[in-house]
Amino acid sequence: MLELTQGATSDPARAENTLHEQYFGHEHVTVIEPIRGWCAVDLRELWAYRELLFVLTMRDIKVRYKQTVLGAAWAILQPFMTMVVFTVFFGHLANMPSDGFPYPVFVYSALVPWTFFANAITSSSNSLVGSAHLVSKVYFPRLVIPLSAIGVGIVDFGIAASILLAMMLFYGVGWSLNLLMAPVLLLAIMFTALGVGTCLSALTVSYRDFRYVVSFMVQFWMFVTPVVYPVSLVPTQWRWLLYLNPMSGLIEGFRAVFLGKAFDFFGLAVSAGVAIILFFIGVVYFERVEDRFADII
Amino acid sequence: MHATDAVAIKVQHLSKQYIIGRDRGGMETFREALSRAFTASFRRSAGVAPREEFWALKDLDFEVARGEVVGIIGRNGAGKSTLLKILSRITKPTEGRIEIRGRVASLLEVGTGFHGELTGRENIYLNGAILGMTRAEINRKFDDIVRFAEVEKFIDTPVKHYSSGMYVRLAFAVAAHLDQDILFVDEVLAVGDAEFQRRCINKMRDISRAGRTVLFVSHNATALRNLCSSGILLEDGAIVKRGAIGEVLSEYVGSADLNRKILPDRRSGPNTPAVLTGITVAPIAGVVGDPIRGTGGFAISLEVKVNEPGEIAVFVECYDDNHQCVFSTGSFFENELNGRRLECGYHLFECVIPGNLLNDGIYALDVALLKNRQTIIVSEKAVMSFRVHDDFDIPDGWNWRPVGVIRPQISWRQSVRRPVDQLT
Repeated sequence: MLELTQGATSDPARAENTLHEQYFGHEHVTVIEPIRGWCAVDLRELWAYRELLFVLTMRDIKVRYKQTVLGAAWAILQPFMTMVVFTVFFGHLANMPSDGFPYPVFVYSALVPWTFFANAITSSSNSLVGSAHLVSKVYFPRLVIPLSAIGVGIVDFGIAASILLAMMLFYGVGWSLNLLMAPVLLLAIMFTALGVGTCLSALTVSYRDFRYVVSFMVQFWMFVTPVVYPVSLVPTQWRWLLYLNPMSGLIEGFRAVFLGKAFDFFGLAVSAGVAIILFFIGVVYFERVEDRFADII
Repeated sequence: MHATDAVAIKVQHLSKQYIIGRDRGGMETFREALSRAFTASFRRSAGVAPREEFWALKDLDFEVARGEVVGIIGRNGAGKSTLLKILSRITKPTEGRIEIRGRVASLLEVGTGFHGELTGRENIYLNGAILGMTRAEINRKFDDIVRFAEVEKFIDTPVKHYSSGMYVRLAFAVAAHLDQDILFVDEVLAVGDAEFQRRCINKMRDISRAGRTVLFVSHNATALRNLCSSGILLEDGAIVKRGAIGEVLSEYVGSADLNRKILPDRRSGPNTPAVLTGITVAPIAGVVGDPIRGTGGFAISLEVKVNEPGEIAVFVECYDDNHQCVFSTGSFFENELNGRRLECGYHLFECVIPGNLLNDGIYALDVALLKNRQTIIVSEKAVMSFRVHDDFDIPDGWNWRPVGVIRPQISWRQSVRRPVDQLT
């Protein structure tokens, strides 16, 4: 085993084959033992199963766009209609401040990543129960299921984000180099969603009533996140509290990405830190209960 | 080859315990879990057993050599499926250790993950990936898979438009092209029509002969005899016999002659209106344990415990070795019993199967309990099996036995035919 890993460093292509050999090779020894309580995530195994992750994600994307009449339009309509409603009620009627940007662009630049996040946690928390037939018939690292549920949203995010870019041209908000940060922030949101989603998906397997918790949680969470209002509305001494909600820093970060504002690195750092902690809690809890899924699902 | 290399699967002290919830199948809401945790201490003091333990497998020890094709036999609830699930890593054992050397594929059903909206082509890649094939591997075998499934023309059509036969053929074709060293196969051969089953068994035979290690689980004694070199007989979660397939099968058939099964009360609960507690098969003029002769009839007795008064009926289906339903019957077929209300307690249902009906062979019974003519409250598959020994009298000098699913008494006549008869 040690020799193989050393060989891996010198030649990436061989490393690839070795990893595959290790999990799928003819000499691979599978050891099956009782559940051991807390155990580490086998990231190497997860990587060896990345093809399955890709295939499952593609399946869900294809099915989603084949099955629904609206198809891609749905990805646009959901955040767009919300934007229209929020613009009317918060922007015009309530005169919500928007840091000097046109309110539609201001709220939409937060709604695009928020919708991605909300869909990601909703679909990942239902993902295990929805894949019960797979879980009870085949072995693979179960983490693949919530991961692929989150991956499906990337296409929707891409579509909604391109609408935003077009809207910015319409409202005269220029594109900036900050846009290059978008993939990093998207990844951070995915980590947060994965942390929450894995926890909820594992809980939903054991306790079906958790699915109702999710929709309530998403609603509540949106209002404690600066989606419809700017961070500047919150007094400076309380900002740290706001940023303990990882989505605050990330949504505000996305606003900086799209609107070209300066990044609030303090907020980003606090939120990213909490996001990583959430991610670890979620994944570790998931791994702890993973072995029991097939028996109770 | 090193001595240990010859062992493909090594199972040591394997046990699996299930905890069965008192109320329902095991699903509980978070609120219930909280209140259970809260009241647990009170309940224990009240003397109510909180949960029932059930050992699906008890201390299994066996080895499978590389290239060995093993049939796993046993009645329903003997632990066959649990064993296969543990070997496939779907569920974890409670105790023990298993070592498996080589690439593993398990086929617990065909077409796992198939999606109706996707085309045949997309489903091949999807199902292949789920079964552990790489994309390159599927690319290489793609044409063979399509040819085997005979779906060339429809490969880009969503599978929801496939006929059920095409669907199953495609699903099996993907599975049949796995080239893993070790295969675990559950009752997947029991799908499709008779012709397709024959093809599957042939394909499986090719696979078995190609030096692969295969573990088959089946009720089908004929298929197992054809495919396997050795067998394991499971009974109530323990190995009763491990040896050549012929010996294991005859042990299994031998034990089927007991013709009695008392069902553990584990599926019952206060929420089940009625439960099947026992079943026996005995010749009409005999007691349980006497052999069943083809010419004489036999009686099937079902003991039912009714927990909630109501109109309870039983329904029985009898299957032969090839999963063909030979006959089915229900207590409500009897006018007098139709609509009868049963009070709480134990009830006995009996039906008599006439002689000269079933051919020599092993049969399995599925039993269902119905409530108020609509709801199936209990459905037990292959709940017991029995053997019919045909004592049909064949005249001296004929070394021949009737073939066929049924063996009715058929009379013959012969007369000389005169041309004049044709005119009248």
